[in-house]
Amino acid sequence: MSNTNNPRAGQVGDIKTIDLVRRSLARRYRAETRFRWYGIASIALGLFFLLVLFVEIVGTGVDGFRQTLIRLPVKWDPPLLEITDARDPQQLEQGNFEAVVRVGLAQRFPQVTDRREKRELHALLSIDAAYALRSLLQKNPELLGGETALWLLADDDVDTYYKSLLRGEPFTARTSEARRAQIRELMQTGDIRTGFNTRLFTSGDSSEPEMAGILGALMGSLLTLLVTFALSFPIGVAAAVYLEEYAPRNRFTDFIEVNISNLAAVPSIIFGLLGLAIFLNLLHFPRSIPLVGGLVLTLMTLPTIIISSRNAIKAVPPSIREAALGIGASKMQMILHHVLPLAMPGMLTGAILGMAQALGETAPLLMIGMVAFIVDVPHGITDPATVLPVQIFLWSDNPERAFLARTSAAIMVLLAFLVCMNALAVWLRKRLERRW
Amino acid sequence: MHNTLEQKIPIQSPVEAPPMAPANENRTAPHTSAVDQETAGVPFADNPKFTMRDVCVFYGEKQAVFNVNLDIAENEVIAMIGPSGCGKSTFLRCLNRMNDTIGSCRVTGSIALDGEEIYSSGMDVVSLRARVGMVFQKPNPFPKSIYDNVAYGPKIHGLCNRRVDLDEIVETSLRRAGLWDEVKDRLEAPGTSLSGGQQQRLCIARTIAVSPEVILMDEPCSALDPIATARIEELIAELSRNYTIAIVTHSMQQAARVSHRTAYFHLGRLIEVNPTQKVFTTPDHHLTEAYITGRFG
Repeated sequence: MSNTNNPRAGQVGDIKTIDLVRRSLARRYRAETRFRWYGIASIALGLFFLLVLFVEIVGTGVDGFRQTLIRLPVKWDPPLLEITDARDPQQLEQGNFEAVVRVGLAQRFPQVTDRREKRELHALLSIDAAYALRSLLQKNPELLGGETALWLLADDDVDTYYKSLLRGEPFTARTSEARRAQIRELMQTGDIRTGFNTRLFTSGDSSEPEMAGILGALMGSLLTLLVTFALSFPIGVAAAVYLEEYAPRNRFTDFIEVNISNLAAVPSIIFGLLGLAIFLNLLHFPRSIPLVGGLVLTLMTLPTIIISSRNAIKAVPPSIREAALGIGASKMQMILHHVLPLAMPGMLTGAILGMAQALGETAPLLMIGMVAFIVDVPHGITDPATVLPVQIFLWSDNPERAFLARTSAAIMVLLAFLVCMNALAVWLRKRLERRW
Repeated sequence: MHNTLEQKIPIQSPVEAPPMAPANENRTAPHTSAVDQETAGVPFADNPKFTMRDVCVFYGEKQAVFNVNLDIAENEVIAMIGPSGCGKSTFLRCLNRMNDTIGSCRVTGSIALDGEEIYSSGMDVVSLRARVGMVFQKPNPFPKSIYDNVAYGPKIHGLCNRRVDLDEIVETSLRRAGLWDEVKDRLEAPGTSLSGGQQQRLCIARTIAVSPEVILMDEPCSALDPIATARIEELIAELSRNYTIAIVTHSMQQAARVSHRTAYFHLGRLIEVNPTQKVFTTPDHHLTEAYITGRFG
């Protein structure tokens, strides 16, 4: 640097500034391009893993939405059924429908004579077949004495083998040669097919995979979410309004604020332990009911809702508040009539996202006992219930091969719900934002 | 009259401006002599609406307004002028206690409306703000319909209960604000769908719907185009027949056009209060003269 007292414009010492800049320019542009490619690479990696997950789950789960059915001619033989009047509920209750099924199978496959082979033949159909016959006779009493060909639910081993056969990689581990021959015969006469698995959505859990459904878990999830929303939204909004508008700024309120932020990051199982200690041990609430599940999830989502509500309230412009105060509104009126309606979109989206998070929670609910095997569909918040993620967890633990596809199917249903809730949050935000 | 005004306010080039202390210097040491501490002109009036004595405003440790003594008479339009940061908006906001919303703000001295001390513990802020309305710099209609904007004040103050009475108040206020003809067919349209000038007139209508006694205006036209500004200035002239108006303005020409008395503020002090004509032709104080001739500000 020769002349620092009289710097010439456009020069650094003896070199022109523009030459120096040009030298570094190539390097800077290269760095920028590299940075851009890092971003693209990370997004691509994330999308790749998402795709792998998606393909994996959908690939296994698609089978869970279909169920194998076998057509069997059924003779509604009154002496065999031990039913004389099909309108008598007691007779219906005690009717021997299994015998009818067995006779039908025997007639269909007369070549089976051996006792052991006969037992195997009867296992071709699910035990649901007998229940299906009963409900059919109950609805149509005139069937008694006649003969009808019915599509009945196949057993889960048959279901697994048949679907694997259709896919081209027969899973023969639990199927004997005789059964495989029977299934081939059914295929030739067109008496075996797959239909939509309605039981997945209409029945509760069962130890028989072909009869197992997620309705109980869905209702449990719904009831739990209802309790969670009904409790966490009002409390969260009220707390946010107080902290934002009324609380004095001192060390105590700072302490509260820090704790709320920390609570949002606490592992959810801790809330399960808290629920166990307080609601079950101290207050002696019954286990495994949506009310207790909802209370635990409320504790968990409250920090999230408080934080998002506070941000929504902060985003309301001060000009509106001043206008309201200037016209002589009291503080409460300003908040109720002006701040809350404008903050509501943000609050609602925060609440919906909090609910979506709560929908997928398993650990805290396991702690309060929702891990039980519950067959009945719950009707109220005090009926024993389980929730969808826990149901998925239980099924994935089950060694029966047929539960594999159903677990993935249940996961797909859960993901569909989560996507819907997030989409609702986005739509709501867009829709309500336009007005203001 | 206008010619002499224009002669008195020529544009000066910046090089000629003498060095002045910037607005946020330490104000505890006054840079003018003791004589200049007195407010020149006629700060007091008979039967005043507002009486202000020794009013000081502090933001935390910093003092923004120093010992202001002023009276505002009934049905007069008083303009407050002065360079940026001289405390005129702060002072105006004291009159309806809008400074209460700022946590660090402290007001000392006496401000009395019709003899009643407004900072006493017995004064209800809500009813004070119903008597002393405010129009802000940037138009801020509520995100509701035009009707609901104007009707909000009367509703919450319980001025009327029946829909018919409310309709009447809305119409009267919109007429007085000069907006009725433009919006009478679309009262359910959102208030934010109006143009800037219309929004400001809506805010004025909203303010007068609660039948205040005083209207404070904090630079109401600074965000508006000249045509909208002209309409609002006409409005101010009409409104002064029924209301007392205190208007803060950056534009000396506007002050000259609309006000009866003008108060000149400088660095938190009230320098001069005089009839508007006098302030803009033969001001008493040298600082006022320096400001209006454009030597700074």
